[in-house]
Amino acid sequence: MKEYRTINRIAGPLLFVEKTEPIGYEELVNITLADGSVKRGQVLDTSDELVVVQVFETTTGIGRDSGVRFTGEAIKMPVGREMLGRILSGGGKPIDGGPEIVPEKRLDITGAAINPYARSSPADFIQTGISTIDGTNTLVRGQKLPIFSAAGLPHNNIALQIARQAKVPGSTEDFAVVFAAMGITKEEANAFMQDFERTGALERAVVFLNLADDPAVERIITPRLALTTAEYLAYDLGMHVLVILTDMTNYCEALRQIGAAREEVPGRRGYPGYMYTDLAGIYERAGIIKGKKGSVTQIPILTMPGDDITHPIPDLTGYITEGQIVVSRELHRKGIYPPINVLPSLSRLMNLGIGKGHTREDHKKVSDQMYAAYAEGNDLRGLVAIVGKDALSERDRMFLEFADLFEQRFVRQGIDEDRTIGEGTLDLGWDLLSTLPVEQLSRIDRELIEKYHPKFRAK
Amino acid sequence: MEVNEEQKTTAGVLKRIAGPVVTAVGLNAHMYDVVKVGNEELMGEVIKVDGDANIIQVYENTTGLRPGEPVSNTGLSLAVELGPGLLTSIYDGIQRPLEVLVEKMGSFIERGVSAPGIPRDKKWEFKALAKVGDDVSPGAILGEVQETNIVHRIMVPPNMKGGRIATITSGSFTVEETICTLEDGTEFQMMHRWPVRVPRPVMEKKNPTIPLITGQRILDGLFPIAKGGTAAIPGPFGSGKTVTQQQLAKWSDAEIVVYIGCGERGNEMTEVLTEFPELEDPKSGKPLMERTILIANTSNMPVAAREASVYTGITIAEYFRDMGYDVSLMADSTSRWAEAMREISSRLEEMPGEEGYPAYLAARLSEFYERAGLVTTLAGASGSVSVIGAVSPPGGDFSEPVTQNTLRIVKVFWALDAKLSQRRHFPAINWLNSYSLYLDTLGPWYDTEVSPEWNPLRSWAMEVLQKEAELQEIVQLVGSDALPETEQITIEVARLIREVFLQQNAYDAVDTFCEMKKQYDMMKAIRSYADQSYAAQAAGVSPTQIISIKAKNDLPQIKFVKDYEPMLDGILKAMESEFTTLRSSA
Ligand SMILES: Nc1ncnc2c1ncn2[C@@H]1O[C@H](COP(=O)(O)OP(=O)(O)OP(=O)(O)O)[C@@H](O)[C@H]1O
Ligand SMILES: [Mg+2]
Repeated sequence: MKEYRTINRIAGPLLFVEKTEPIGYEELVNITLADGSVKRGQVLDTSDELVVVQVFETTTGIGRDSGVRFTGEAIKMPVGREMLGRILSGGGKPIDGGPEIVPEKRLDITGAAINPYARSSPADFIQTGISTIDGTNTLVRGQKLPIFSAAGLPHNNIALQIARQAKVPGSTEDFAVVFAAMGITKEEANAFMQDFERTGALERAVVFLNLADDPAVERIITPRLALTTAEYLAYDLGMHVLVILTDMTNYCEALRQIGAAREEVPGRRGYPGYMYTDLAGIYERAGIIKGKKGSVTQIPILTMPGDDITHPIPDLTGYITEGQIVVSRELHRKGIYPPINVLPSLSRLMNLGIGKGHTREDHKKVSDQMYAAYAEGNDLRGLVAIVGKDALSERDRMFLEFADLFEQRFVRQGIDEDRTIGEGTLDLGWDLLSTLPVEQLSRIDRELIEKYHPKFRAK
Repeated sequence: MEVNEEQKTTAGVLKRIAGPVVTAVGLNAHMYDVVKVGNEELMGEVIKVDGDANIIQVYENTTGLRPGEPVSNTGLSLAVELGPGLLTSIYDGIQRPLEVLVEKMGSFIERGVSAPGIPRDKKWEFKALAKVGDDVSPGAILGEVQETNIVHRIMVPPNMKGGRIATITSGSFTVEETICTLEDGTEFQMMHRWPVRVPRPVMEKKNPTIPLITGQRILDGLFPIAKGGTAAIPGPFGSGKTVTQQQLAKWSDAEIVVYIGCGERGNEMTEVLTEFPELEDPKSGKPLMERTILIANTSNMPVAAREASVYTGITIAEYFRDMGYDVSLMADSTSRWAEAMREISSRLEEMPGEEGYPAYLAARLSEFYERAGLVTTLAGASGSVSVIGAVSPPGGDFSEPVTQNTLRIVKVFWALDAKLSQRRHFPAINWLNSYSLYLDTLGPWYDTEVSPEWNPLRSWAMEVLQKEAELQEIVQLVGSDALPETEQITIEVARLIREVFLQQNAYDAVDTFCEMKKQYDMMKAIRSYADQSYAAQAAGVSPTQIISIKAKNDLPQIKFVKDYEPMLDGILKAMESEFTTLRSSA
């Protein structure tokens, strides 16, 4: 492999290399510094005259005298069964003091798109033990369901609780967790690691850590390494893999940084115009493939800048993922854990994983009715602030009370409280709904009311 | 899409690769020529000619391509293959059958594999309808094939000359075998190609007069789209664009459905693929899949093919229209299509227009929607293409360019509203902002086919909803008890219209589809409550009593019952007797 010393310009994370032989688009590049250390990069633009290389680490120490080698192939990730239980850097190098990974395979980290015809429809209900997820925003295997949070909110605790409690009732299949951290603080990372160790989850986990003080551009490959690993565990080894990606906001910032360095025409709020496509390349790697045993389920976490759900990062994410779990500052202030606001939350695959044969026949309608009642009660709070409770009709007062009950009993639960779907969550829902007159339950068929409503159940 | 080897004309070499757009020199190509790029012969299309250089958008992943690799020109435009074998297919954006791709390359989409759009080896039973000696012109029907439960008519391709038929044979043929020859020696096969960026010709465009009945109450009842019409359904993420489009694909009374998943989710396409074969067309009783063609170029598939997917879909739709069918086409989402244009355009370093979109965005959108319409085909039959486009505005803000440019063209606007979807009011279509410009032209159809009472009933419901919105503003300030009595009743009537009529659960086995007669009966029942309420109030009954009429609370239940009439009758009778009791005690 030829080494070039023809770097002409360095701008941010980009190197402009001249007078090369024909170089392939998206090839892996090794850059050797004067002290002998090697950094990695990837070709972003290639032509006869000039090759643009994006470096995945800091460009500190790279100069016009650095050596550039083009490897002739796309970035590949060595994968193997031994990865379970290991902690790797955001660039995929072991950082737990253990040995190098002995690869069973080397896989392209970009990951080709799953042929939609080869997908199998997700349908297996995952019980997380959290009512606001299981009851009203159900997660199913093969789904991509992000947590939309904001600075200072307990999204990490929620993610950990999901990782600890998630199970498919009645199934004993092999599972694994792939955890990818991008730009989170050492403290946050420690919290994750300690929890993994305390519960023994680490044995079944592969951890990728790119921390706040690690190079930002490395974050571009961290989720791809994590997903390549997840796909290997799922499709080659037949495991059901839960992938937690945190914090996607930091990933997007890195993307913006590279766009700016390339002097591209920026899209909304300075993020690249291709951010939708780029994020889709990550999120769409969740799923189930016909004829293969395993599955990849994704829970990306992102913090909404300025708590703004219309910010391009949550916005584009929401347009790609199959719903979102929204963590609310207001509920957090009220001291409610998990502070999940069900109103803007959604699971689009819920309908595939609930109902007869999955959870319970009344699931969908109970959920709809709780939403409607909570939304109505929640609206009335605004009115009460202006006109006072006395100006409300009797009907309104009932809904107002329902909203409080819903938050205090349905939403609120312990950080280690693992509720079952039937008795833990749906029956609790019926208990709350039974505080409303039966005729107000317009979303539920009479038949189901007679079967599940406490008033009739008691008889 | 497949291109014959011998059609390659000139040879060029790659100069530069940066994402899905590459530059080649020495090609001598024309705009929109299809070219084969690199050693693996990836398919691409020339989108800019700049001196000796040709800028090419590549329909497959360009990783690993190097300067110096060969590029060859096929001299053909991007075209789709039209003929028996289209129905029930699922294609990518450039009409490669995804099922065949799975056979050829497994579960993931690799590149450099081509596959014909319609099967070559399959034999179809061709029944000649034209006879020897007949003079046929472009678009004329030569014969037919029973493809699924749909009859596939074989036409003289509109881009060929007609003439007098010398031979025509019924029998079993593949799509490439000749079924008919003309006296001048022209041969016709069951398959022909059509360039996707060129609209197929028609004799005449007509004004639509018949609604596309969708079984969705808020659409058929309040904001109908005509057969041959255009509609846009914009909304923020998770507000119901895809569910609505899929409802239309399932239940609308079109004869053929083309569903384009343009830059959206893989699982959504899988859902259609698993669900449609199980569902029955309410009219024919046959699996819905038999009338359906899917185009799936998901968000993580190449953007250039995403750009093409919309053209591939509309061309197939026009082809079935030309057979005399009513076709409906859903494009989910046109915003992803516009973004693909933007992405390609920015790589061309074109001068960006509004929000980085190319200056030709508006033109492309209107060209696309212009391909909808009710037409007289070249063969003199009537056919239509209705187009329903989803729009995904960033941040849910309708003032952005794609929404705005779309609204300038389409005749129906179904405005999705996050506030409604958050409270699970579905379909989350805002009844105050939405509109249909077809109301007047469709009015007569509702008069004769539903009831002369329907149009006034519809106007009444819209007025009540308008009024409610005004009243709600007051309620927000002073509480509902402060409203005059009649208006307290109006609020209750509006609530019934919303919760009984407008809300419709796509996932309920019965409520998912609601025929026009039931829609009418439901609205009439609400009207009956309203009339009796105002009468009772005038007779001195208090609004609290009127609002607590019990029978009306059962109205939502009829949504979930198929044979709803006895139940509805019961409710109406009970309601009447409650009112009688109230009035007599007043
Ligand atoms: N008519 C309906 N009946 C019942 N539920 C509905 C209906 N419409 C939408 N929903 C609910 O809303 C969810 C989101 O709808 P949908 O996937 O159509 O949103 P979208 O507008 O296409 O979003 P995106 O832009 O992200 O693709 C569905 O998963 C479903 O739960
Ligand atoms: Mg959608």
